[in-house]
Amino acid sequence: MELLVASAVGILTAAGIYLILRLRTFPVILGLSLLTYAVNVFLFATGRLAVGAPPVLNKYQEVAYADPLPQALVLTAIVISFGMTAVVVMIALGAYLSSKTDKINMTDDHTAGDDA
Amino acid sequence: MNHLLIAPIVLPALVAPFITMVTRHHMDLTRIFSLAASVLLVVITLTLGWQAADGTVQVYELGDWQAPFGIVLVLDRLSAMMIVLTAILALVVNLYAVGSGWDARGRNFHALFQFQLMGIQGAFLTGDAFNLFVFFEVLLIASYGLMIHGGGAKRFQAGVQYVVYNLLGSTLFLFALGTIYAVTGTLNMADLAVKVAEISPDNTALLRVGAIMLLLVFAIKAALLPLHFWLPASYANAPAPVAALFAIMTKVGAYAILRFYTLIFGPEVQATEGLAGDWLLPAALFTLGAGAVGVLGARDIGRLIAFGAIASMGTLLTAVALFTPQAAAAALYYAVHSTFAAALLFLIADMIIERRGDSIAPNAPMAQNGLISAVFFVAAIALAGMPPLSGFIGKLLVMDAARDHDLGWTIWAVILGGSLVTILGLARAGTLIFWKSYDADTAAPDDDQDNTAEPPRPAALPFVAIFMLVGGLAALTLFAGPMNDYAVATAEQLFNPVGYLETVLGGATK
Repeated sequence: MELLVASAVGILTAAGIYLILRLRTFPVILGLSLLTYAVNVFLFATGRLAVGAPPVLNKYQEVAYADPLPQALVLTAIVISFGMTAVVVMIALGAYLSSKTDKINMTDDHTAGDDA
Repeated sequence: MNHLLIAPIVLPALVAPFITMVTRHHMDLTRIFSLAASVLLVVITLTLGWQAADGTVQVYELGDWQAPFGIVLVLDRLSAMMIVLTAILALVVNLYAVGSGWDARGRNFHALFQFQLMGIQGAFLTGDAFNLFVFFEVLLIASYGLMIHGGGAKRFQAGVQYVVYNLLGSTLFLFALGTIYAVTGTLNMADLAVKVAEISPDNTALLRVGAIMLLLVFAIKAALLPLHFWLPASYANAPAPVAALFAIMTKVGAYAILRFYTLIFGPEVQATEGLAGDWLLPAALFTLGAGAVGVLGARDIGRLIAFGAIASMGTLLTAVALFTPQAAAAALYYAVHSTFAAALLFLIADMIIERRGDSIAPNAPMAQNGLISAVFFVAAIALAGMPPLSGFIGKLLVMDAARDHDLGWTIWAVILGGSLVTILGLARAGTLIFWKSYDADTAAPDDDQDNTAEPPRPAALPFVAIFMLVGGLAALTLFAGPMNDYAVATAEQLFNPVGYLETVLGGATK
């Protein structure tokens, strides 16, 4: 299972970075979403992978339990990335409608040499 | 527990929705509430600063959960200094935004402004690494809104770049936190410090990866050289008051580097020894150089000042990267100075752009030329680090701290060379903007009395804001002694975090 989770994180990250390098808003937003999925799975795995373990301590017997903190972190991260995706979609839409291009690069309509 | 400690976060968090929901259709009411909240914030943070000045560390346990289990807010000298700085800057910027009418050019300026303040104050106060991420997101999502305030195709495009860059930074932040949590099993900063110090030096690959990823995240915020690309376009295209407020945002990155790499991954921690300083120092020097060259080569005012801000971040991070108490004290003094200087220049730039456009080239003369050129002169002296203003003292402190370092001469050469190039760039810009007007009769720098007769709009408040910043710089120069004493005491507290650890973790051992 470790291999499966690790390769899933790796593939999601690679695909996300590839899409972000496309420099058009739609692929970039998709790439950002893939990256946030990758990071969510990654955060989930930071508490060690455990199958069928209770989520909290049991005071009646000694049991192995799944670490609940990463799950709380993932919840926070999901909420934040969802909100951020909504914001970036709106801003990208605004940029597209006002400038009639979905390029992220700004150097085209700029005089050469003034953006170090 | 001292409940005043959470007030800098709660106050903007309450005022912002109130403004949005109740006073949305009344611009005057919105302004009154927003300004009143800013004044109150200054009072609260000054009180907190006064409480922290004697060196006590205060902890606020949210929900009364003990330290490693719940989230804590921690107030020490460094936090207190940064929140006071933020509050003062916010008040000035708010005054300018109201006075210049920027806040009326789009919707919800004041609400976003307050949310931004909430995020910044929270980032300075929190004692929990994941909570720091959350406050980063709060300040970022507000800054996205502020960045595109007023609209316009170019601003939207710059906004998309800014948002995408910062979303990537946030993702990296989460990866870093996940890695560190996987190694240490905690995200409370004080607890992290204890756990990291206990890790054996042989088994630290993952921890070092996490520490470097965190450094990258903070370097993005602080606009360190290979990661500074977002800054010039964003700052140059953001509305002026927003750009001025963003002057504190780069300091959030510098603050986080200083906090994490003294408290958690400190210089004496074996597991991550030499990790931050080795990378940070050359990058900071290159940042300083690139900023200075950018100042010299900029073709419009916004970019000129954005690169000036990058150069000053380079100086600041050079001091941070030395990781000695003396250098940290110099960095803190310089941080206060460069925040005021960069904000002042952004506000002056807005006045110039309003009157004659944003290109650095001869143009028709503008109203109030003499007055504006005078304050530009003062601000340029401050930013470049010439005597008599506080930039000079700040750079002197930084260079003095670098004297015993192995690379001392290189640091001196880069700082002095960078200052020279910055002076040249600012002098070129000032000459072209203020002296080379088409109409030579009204362009003389000393006839401002006549020109004030018909300004473009009756705007005294922007000048009040600008002179408050000038006054701040002057005060920083006049009271350099007490200010430096406070910075030295802060640095001592930073590099000797026993009090911090005992106060934060004390609840757990009771």
